[in-house]
Amino acid sequence: MNNPGFIEAFIDYVSKNYMRILTATGEHIYISLIALAITLVTCIPLGIYLTRNEKIAPYVISIANVFQTIPSLALLGFLIFVFGIGNDNAICALVMYAMLPVLQNTYTGIKNVDKATVQAAKGMGMTNFQILMKVQIPLALPVIISGVRVASVWIIGTAALAAAIGGGGLGRLIFSGLSLIRDEIIFAGALPATALALLTDMVLKKFQKYTTPEERAKRIAKKMKVNFNH
Amino acid sequence: MVYFENVEKRYPDGTLAVDGLNLEVESGEFVVLIGPSGCGKTTSLKMINRLEECTGGKIYVNGKDIMTLNPVKLRRQIGYVIQERGLMPHHTVAENIATVPLLLGWPKKKIDARVDELLDMAGLPKEKYKYRLPAQMSGGQQQRIGVLRALASDPEVVLMDEPFGALDPISRDNLQNELLTIHKKLKKTIIFVTHDISEALKLADRIVLMRRGKIEQIGTPDELINNPATKFVEEFIGSDQLSQISGDASVTALLEDVIMEVNLNAAIEDVLEDMQDRDVKSAQVTDAKRRWHGSIYLSTLKKAKREGKQLVKETLSVNRKLYVEDGNLKDAAEMLVDMEAPIPIINSANELQGIVTEKGMAKYTINKLIK
Ligand SMILES: Nc1ncnc2c1ncn2[C@@H]1O[C@H](COP(=O)(O)OP(=O)(O)OP(=O)(O)O)[C@@H](O)[C@H]1O
Ligand SMILES: [Mg+2]
Repeated sequence: MNNPGFIEAFIDYVSKNYMRILTATGEHIYISLIALAITLVTCIPLGIYLTRNEKIAPYVISIANVFQTIPSLALLGFLIFVFGIGNDNAICALVMYAMLPVLQNTYTGIKNVDKATVQAAKGMGMTNFQILMKVQIPLALPVIISGVRVASVWIIGTAALAAAIGGGGLGRLIFSGLSLIRDEIIFAGALPATALALLTDMVLKKFQKYTTPEERAKRIAKKMKVNFNH
Repeated sequence: MVYFENVEKRYPDGTLAVDGLNLEVESGEFVVLIGPSGCGKTTSLKMINRLEECTGGKIYVNGKDIMTLNPVKLRRQIGYVIQERGLMPHHTVAENIATVPLLLGWPKKKIDARVDELLDMAGLPKEKYKYRLPAQMSGGQQQRIGVLRALASDPEVVLMDEPFGALDPISRDNLQNELLTIHKKLKKTIIFVTHDISEALKLADRIVLMRRGKIEQIGTPDELINNPATKFVEEFIGSDQLSQISGDASVTALLEDVIMEVNLNAAIEDVLEDMQDRDVKSAQVTDAKRRWHGSIYLSTLKKAKREGKQLVKETLSVNRKLYVEDGNLKDAAEMLVDMEAPIPIINSANELQGIVTEKGMAKYTINKLIK
């Protein structure tokens, strides 16, 4: 990337191909979002289920752990046998890859809620569902979201590999840049992918903070027009 | 109001926690369950609101066998103060107090008025505390919130599991008085667990002394003192009576928990505010390993602040102390005559063991005079 003409080449490439870059970014976001959505919709309920069936928890979590340990490219390779090539395959691999942090954090986040708090809630007459919704999930939410942060950064990063098995996304640019040995094309793919990952992490970090008890109490104090920190 | 009939509780691991309990608690009565750790007090209490289910016998609340009632509905009718406090850390003080009224679906206005009323009753200014989180309250304030939460929906029966445990003697005394006032005023049926005999003697209409899951004796405080049924009862009650102790006895006889302990590196300003909030006039200064470094007093702290000092460690008083190994009650009495503040008791390794207070000394002396 130190060759003198790089900046010009990059600007030139971007100005001629911005539609292609935008489309690829759009595809990248699409693949990542679907993968993340599937991960959340399956793993958060599964994590909650495991807190109520502790005996099987270690087994399920170690399965997620195995998926996570398989190198991502290899996992994509295996899945070609199941889904053939294309985005479905990529999304499935991304989900398997990103399961662990969400599952694990949901499970431990809920388990780490103080037993006395849960017992008190029960003693006050909350139903199990109310305990889950009003006590356990709100208290575990910051932990769950920190798992979601890890998962989403992994997904956005790994989604670049989808192109290797015929999927779309910014990986297309990166791979074609690699095969043409043209740094500016690699860069045109890598830059938005990186920005996407950083941006997502930043937004989720804000949201994570938003869900902490202190922030909630500050909002309530503000609404009630009282000073939170005496 | 609450009636135990041959109640037995065997935990799944085989522990027989409660063994053949028979007890009738009258409506409006203040009954205290007491006994050594592990004797089954908490278990007995939890069976009333079905947090634990009895494995034998029957419990009736308000004439109804509780096994025929929906446990969730039952619990909403019974106030409960859990031993470990168990406030919702993510809810404000107001929301914590309102837990049961919210579950019962009270209208917002009524809940809000009730929360204000209760905070008022407990002497917690609502402007200051209503929207705080439990973590922003002192231990004693948190315990008060736990009690208010149990009273919020005005239940007829209130179960309290060591609600004033782990509190300094002054706060405990205040809260006990408040509770007695509340009980007199509202005529609630209170079943209260403690392992502090002086607390039981002070609060109870009737005391139920338990031992290894069985009732050793039931009676009014007077009956237990004057007619102990067994040697065990006599000894248990006797643990409150200091009269046999002489002036040469070790200070350990009067050792109490430290009222306020402050870290060496705390800021004078914060500590001052805290002391004023809690209405204490002195505190003990320790480091992370609980080694004693000195005492601080409200007066000297104010002076140090005026002089522009920042940290408590810059204004320690180190001379007034007694060693647990050789300090006796006479020494303590002399020190207390010179100055009222609690005396720190440390060991030879400088670790803080507790304090001896004027109040403790007074109690001891009075007991001695009566005998
Ligand atoms: N969930 C449980 N499973 C098995 N054994 C238990 C359980 N809870 C309590 N126990 C046992 O039952 C006995 C009575 O316990 P309980 O908690 O009722 O005592 P307690 O009188 O309240 O004691 P403390 O003063 O220490 O609070 C103890 O031996 C305890 O170890
Ligand atoms: Mg107990």
